[in-house]
Amino acid sequence: MERALKKYFPIFVLPTLIAFIIAFVVPFLLGVYLSFTEFTTITDARWVGFDNYRRAFATSNFVDALIFTAKFAIVSVVTINVFAFLLALLLTRGFKGSNIFRTIFFMPNLIGGIVLGYIWQLIINGVLARFGVTLTFSATYGFWGLVILMNWQMIGYMMVIYIAGIQNISDSIFEAAMIDGASPIRVIRSITLPLVMPAITISLFLTISNSFKMFDQNLALTAGAPMNQTAMLALDIYNTFYSRVGFEGVGQAKAVMFFLLVACIAIPQLILTRKGEVEN
Amino acid sequence: MKLRKSLLVTMILAMGISVTGCSSGSDSGGSSGGSSGGSTSSSGDSSSSSQQASTSSGSVYFLNFKPEIAQVYEEIAKIYEQETGVKVKVVTAASGEYESTLRAEITKSAPPTIFQINGPVGYQSWKDYTLDISGTGLYDTLTDKELAVTDAGGVYGIPYAIEGYGIIYNDAIMQDYFALPSKTSGISSTDEINNFVTLKEVVEDMQANKDELGIQGVFASTSLAEGDQWRWQTHLLNIPLAYEFDENTAYESTILAGLASDTIDFKYADNFKNIFDLYINNSATAPTMLGSKTTNDSMAEFALGRVAMVQNGNWAWGQINDVDGNIVKSDDIKYFPIYTGMAGEENQGLAIGTENYLAINSKASVEDQQLSIDFLEWLFGSTTGKDFVTNELGFIAPFNTFTDAEKPNDPLAKEVLAWMEAGTNSVDWAFASFPSEEYKNQVGGSLLMYAQGQMSWEQVVEMTKSAWADEVALKK
Repeated sequence: MERALKKYFPIFVLPTLIAFIIAFVVPFLLGVYLSFTEFTTITDARWVGFDNYRRAFATSNFVDALIFTAKFAIVSVVTINVFAFLLALLLTRGFKGSNIFRTIFFMPNLIGGIVLGYIWQLIINGVLARFGVTLTFSATYGFWGLVILMNWQMIGYMMVIYIAGIQNISDSIFEAAMIDGASPIRVIRSITLPLVMPAITISLFLTISNSFKMFDQNLALTAGAPMNQTAMLALDIYNTFYSRVGFEGVGQAKAVMFFLLVACIAIPQLILTRKGEVEN
Repeated sequence: MKLRKSLLVTMILAMGISVTGCSSGSDSGGSSGGSSGGSTSSSGDSSSSSQQASTSSGSVYFLNFKPEIAQVYEEIAKIYEQETGVKVKVVTAASGEYESTLRAEITKSAPPTIFQINGPVGYQSWKDYTLDISGTGLYDTLTDKELAVTDAGGVYGIPYAIEGYGIIYNDAIMQDYFALPSKTSGISSTDEINNFVTLKEVVEDMQANKDELGIQGVFASTSLAEGDQWRWQTHLLNIPLAYEFDENTAYESTILAGLASDTIDFKYADNFKNIFDLYINNSATAPTMLGSKTTNDSMAEFALGRVAMVQNGNWAWGQINDVDGNIVKSDDIKYFPIYTGMAGEENQGLAIGTENYLAINSKASVEDQQLSIDFLEWLFGSTTGKDFVTNELGFIAPFNTFTDAEKPNDPLAKEVLAWMEAGTNSVDWAFASFPSEEYKNQVGGSLLMYAQGQMSWEQVVEMTKSAWADEVALKK
């Protein structure tokens, strides 16, 4: 059986492999190639070397967006994971109606980013109108608007992951802790947290990469107003691509740097948190 | 062993077929909403045209720029196919997405054969794709040959609609104001408003009497939401800059002068401030709240009679007319030129020009190129086509095939024509020479900050000048 599997392995893997090559590998390599060219459409490209990378830093937009994104990512990764973990603790207590709450908290995750962005724009502008201003008044409003929006959307998802992690912990460990007289806080710190490390790994990975890659919500909520001060990296790349003639390659170069950056942050994070995982 | 190899080959073949199936399927789907008409209409009316359709494989693919008239183009495509048997596929790009849609569509195996460029600047990014159409009937019938986009003797873009913008006003409210006992200005007719001083006097007095007039403010909201700033960072900014470029006598047009300017003096910044302040201080909306207002909001305010004036162009007629509960009568819709306090502006007219140029895809097959030219010549030359252009599309078409009787009859287009014939000096659309979209967005952003009280006017002026120099430098 095993030999037969080995023998036909290439054939079984072939459809997925071809799909993967067409949908991921080819566009990725093409994208990297285009970042070294000047092009209007992807079939007409002229090699310009590292010129696009130089021009990406000719204006401060990219660095500004990077700083804004980093701030946003730090704040939202912390808040999302803290709130999601607390909710998960609460909803694994076995209260009546826990399932209904889990469903409700998860639901925002099913709504598209653009829709959420416009809904929250209406809500936040409605509140700010009482003070005679709008979301565009200051980058701080836009920043916290984005944090609230991201929290609202991601908490439910992360909560489900944490709930799965907590439910995996065997009840006998908790019982033993209770008999030994451990306080609830001690139980969380010494038992729950170490044992849900796999869930923390995946949740951190998802929130970090999603915070860095956020685009739809940013576009719908603030679109960078005022004066690109709330533009995150993905939005800046999009703007670079379309708002200047001949800057397509620069946008592409920014996208490649963006990819390297996200990879450089996400991979060490995965390795680090993996190390903290213990066997259940 | 043999079995394995043949299995492998079959799998690869199967994959290949399904992949090509996908790519051709997605073409007919189009990337945006309006594509269905052209591709689905072929089955219904083929009785008379099946012969022709089967012999000629070519077709026309028109990538439309204006979503508000997408349905009319679908209709035109149907009629044209009935008359000639040539299939016209119309795809409409979503508002503000034309460039991205065009980029995506033009790399496909069946690219658009007719697309649109926005003038000399747009031509720079698409010059590898535009065909020289100097020998066509379309160019021959162009009333003013200078309107076309030309490069080294070739003609690459032909304008198809002349447009004009100014301050649209609701004459009913103006007449109410002139009859008002509490008015303090000495003006009693709109004819007397022919410069900034009188305009300001009337507007400020109207604002003071807004409750008596039953309006929320004189001007509709100065929409400064992201993506809705074009009326200010493009159209309004054009007025002072067109005057500035006009003084550069080394070039025959303001657009060429603008394109040749590495820096701008922004000499008439104060004039720009005059009108912008008038807009935001006498408006239905407080200046700090403008960041959430869109063009649609402004046009709705005007259509519902809540404001007396709004800056926009004749394309806005559809928008005004389509608002539910619209109470503005078409006879009451008139234009003021945008007065900014320039010397001699009593003779200034509307800002008239075009940024809609049709281009033919030079990389399409020769057959499709010819069919596309035929289609355009039919649209702007035949009786049926001209009827659509005038009455359905509402274009003021700059071709001599149109007689005086074949001019559009929507109130704003009629007003534009009246202003053109009145002998006033129209302001050029010099904004075609603005260095980039990014430039306009930066100016728009600073106008928002100014309206919100976070930037001084000096900073706005500085920004408008330095951003111009920076953006021009980036292009080089």
